Amino acid sequence: MSEQIADGAVIDGVHYHQFDIVIVGAGGGGMRAAIEAGPHAKTAVISKLYPTRSHTGAAQGGMAAALSNVEEDNWEWHTYDTVKGGDYLVDQDAAEILAKEAIDAVIDLENMGLPFNRTPEGKIDQRRFGGHTRDHGKAAVRRACYAADRTGHMILQTLFQNCVKLGINFFNEFYVLDLLIGEVDGPDGTTQKRPSGVVAYELATGELHVFQSKAVIFATGGFGKIFKTTSNAHTLTGDGVGIIWRKRLPLEDMEFFQFHPTGLYGLGILLTEGARGEGAILRNASGERFMERYAPTIKDLAPRDIVARSMVQEVLEGRGAGPNKDYVYLDCTHLGAEVLETKLPDITEFARTYLGVDPVVEPVPVMPTAHYAMGGIPTTNNAEVLSDNTTIVPGLYAAGECACVSVHGSNRLGTNSLLDINVFGKRSGRNAVEYVKTAEFVPLPDNPAAGVRDMLEGLRTSTGTERIAAIRKELQEQMDRNAQVFRTDDTLAAVTETIHGLRERYRNVQVQDKGKRFNTDLLEAVELGFLLDLAEVVVFSARNRKESRGGHMRDDYPKRDDENYMKHTMAYLTGDPHSSNPADHIKLDWKPVVITRYQPMERKY
Amino acid sequence: MSTAVADAPAEGQASDAPEAIKSFVVTLIIRRFDPDVDTEPHWQDFDVEVYPTDRVLDALHKIKWDQDGSLTFRRSCAHGVCGSDAMRINGRNRLACKTLIKDLDVQKPIYVEAIKGLPLEKDLVVDMEPFFASYREVQPFLQANSTPPEGKERIQSVAERARFDDTTKCILCAACTSSCPVFWTDGQYFGPAAIVNAHRFIFDSRDDASQVRLDILNDKEGVWRCRTTFNCTDACPRGIQVTQAIAEVKQAIMRGHA
Ligand SMILES: Cc1cc2nc3c(=O)[nH]c(=O)nc-3n(C[C@H](O)[C@H](O)[C@H](O)COP(=O)(O)OP(=O)(O)OC[C@H]3O[C@@H](n4cnc5c(N)ncnc54)[C@H](O)[C@@H]3O)c2cc1C
Ligand code: SF4
Ligand code: FES
Repeated sequence: MSEQIADGAVIDGVHYHQFDIVIVGAGGGGMRAAIEAGPHAKTAVISKLYPTRSHTGAAQGGMAAALSNVEEDNWEWHTYDTVKGGDYLVDQDAAEILAKEAIDAVIDLENMGLPFNRTPEGKIDQRRFGGHTRDHGKAAVRRACYAADRTGHMILQTLFQNCVKLGINFFNEFYVLDLLIGEVDGPDGTTQKRPSGVVAYELATGELHVFQSKAVIFATGGFGKIFKTTSNAHTLTGDGVGIIWRKRLPLEDMEFFQFHPTGLYGLGILLTEGARGEGAILRNASGERFMERYAPTIKDLAPRDIVARSMVQEVLEGRGAGPNKDYVYLDCTHLGAEVLETKLPDITEFARTYLGVDPVVEPVPVMPTAHYAMGGIPTTNNAEVLSDNTTIVPGLYAAGECACVSVHGSNRLGTNSLLDINVFGKRSGRNAVEYVKTAEFVPLPDNPAAGVRDMLEGLRTSTGTERIAAIRKELQEQMDRNAQVFRTDDTLAAVTETIHGLRERYRNVQVQDKGKRFNTDLLEAVELGFLLDLAEVVVFSARNRKESRGGHMRDDYPKRDDENYMKHTMAYLTGDPHSSNPADHIKLDWKPVVITRYQPMERKY
Repeated sequence: MSTAVADAPAEGQASDAPEAIKSFVVTLIIRRFDPDVDTEPHWQDFDVEVYPTDRVLDALHKIKWDQDGSLTFRRSCAHGVCGSDAMRINGRNRLACKTLIKDLDVQKPIYVEAIKGLPLEKDLVVDMEPFFASYREVQPFLQANSTPPEGKERIQSVAERARFDDTTKCILCAACTSSCPVFWTDGQYFGPAAIVNAHRFIFDSRDDASQVRLDILNDKEGVWRCRTTFNCTDACPRGIQVTQAIAEVKQAIMRGHA
């Protein structure tokens, strides 16, 4: 065992670093963790993007907290809404933490400098958002704290600014491609898995770096790029979730993916739900406000799963607009130029720039867009990663969209993710600091970078003929067609076949750029590997859940089935990952849902 | 160059669509540089089939994905919010993901090259570190002497908040700084983006370090180097009134306070 390699050493072309805590990802989750960890432990943040390029910056509408700045509200109502919004698959103790700590999380950000919109009294202003209600569903409540329609941008900037202030150590444009895990002696003669560090690829030079650390925090964001129509960035390829999977640690609730109702037609670029929070209305071809039929009480502000399904239903029943009757309208015209320009300026511009439609005077064509992964790396409420239903991997943490606590259950409420990254980002950083105070470094394996080097050299020198883009395009199109808002066993079986074929083709993939420096071609090939792995888990888990709940709608099982499925899915990689039948390498198990105050009820809005 | 070759592939669209969108071929002429082999950059032509509503970023992707995988550029969000893909398109700094093909003159080739004034790394990628170093130097973070009431926000009026709203929109894309002729000749100049980010705090009523930042920008590489050519304002994809922000900082320095 190469016990200790000095910080800064270069051996066989591999650079070695040593930190107490390594944070993978510099979005909102990663940087919030860094602000907790940086001042108390030797911390590195490794990110494949410059921090300010992270997709947290694309978030628009707001961050929920029951501040009661504009009307009566309290965190218990917020907890209830979160549980009900998630179709009761939410772990209720976690939702309670989320809602309670929301208040401090927003105040922390304001105190760090975030320029929230203000009320006439100078307090943080709040707006309505889908599924957030007063007193257990009586009416919509103003709970979302916001900065115009660039709340995520302001969160990302504020966190980055504070990281600059604290002198946080960033490794930008470094791609983490492997997690190193060692076995150490646990209590009573058992052995225990613990992280010993990560392996990263430096984009600028093509060189490999081993970061030895006592604690590792994953905050790598989502994987919307398994779909074609998505609000997610090109870089949201699920690397962190994929790495955990390949390490044979479980993934939770992967079948639950959120399709946001209002993506710009044909493009998937998001128009925030905040637009409907400000009063915008969804209409079908004949101008009817169809949500009145599906959710009579809160109408357009019903949770996203319900709105997205209603929209698709309208189109399927022939009431869609446009030459192909394949979209509906988001009507903002009655909001007036003033509200659009001051409270929703960015989305107004998106519609103008990308569709040539001016929301001030015409309704905007929209359809659901793949938006958010409810599932991911299972963690405790302290952001500790689980290796089964109850055992933690000491020193390993996950937070943000890559993690599954689970505060979102089967359907996340709008504004609860910016909240999640702040609450659980902070918790992960704090807990990692506590952990490293007493923990030792786990010895690195021999040749810690060998696995990554072999994978990269295999790709770079491959004589394959399959184009990366062709495989990815087919994956995304088939996922849209077969695993989107409505799913059946037939469609899922079809896309299972597709994925199997694509995984075969991937073995023969071609990387054209043979160079060392800034080889983004090579990294796209690596990212595609993660997409294929994750799509397979999503589809396999979805096939197994023969009910409809939240973001997972099975047309062949249209009802929620609490008797058989009121439980989380846990997926494990077993056996030969390349075996052709996913059933030969994915094992599914269940994990109970934590229920404290709210017994499952039928969801009506 | 703009010969129509096919109808939009959207299923079923051709028959009942009032006007099917036609694709056509454009030529992109891209300034290439591979540090592993080239000593000098060179221009290379690519013909690409595009739709008028495609972004320049889509055209670059089509080249990378279907023709030449080694073409290198940064990108992430693809809708103008992450600041990754500022480049010179037909001689103007823009985001490739916010520039639609139809808004360019498609009768002529489209010239694409890396932004100027920062070290060229490969094709359309430059070293951003000097840009971020200037940003860090203006102390771009809130510095308040007072402690806010425990568990509460600091109070800020709507009018106070409005004073610096424009400069909070910055996505650090460097389109402004790398379009500035002063920056091209003097890489030490802070450049418009750093001043924009200083402005964001100088005029924030909650901040108490305006004076420090004004002193920093009163330096010989500070605001006085600006010759008000407005390139930066024209380049800014977020529509920030960059030149005006610089002018406000100049006035504050002369007044002696924000
Ligand atoms: C368009 C849009 C609008 C949204 N609006 C809202 C909203 O209004 N309210 C709300 O609550 N939520 C909203 N969301 C959801 C929310 O923004 C995201 O879920 C959240 O920001 C995710 O943050 P994160 O820190 O987990 O990940 P990200 O911000 O995506 O960051 C991921 C980080 O991981 C890094 N990374 C990834 N892979 C690697 C690797 N292999 N090696 C090194 N680094 C890596 C990246 O560089 C990046 O820094 C929105 C989402 C989208 C897409
Ligand atoms: S001011 Fe505008 S052009 Fe300059 S870095 Fe910021 S967003 Fe880009
Ligand atoms: S890709 Fe994000 S700004 Fe263009």
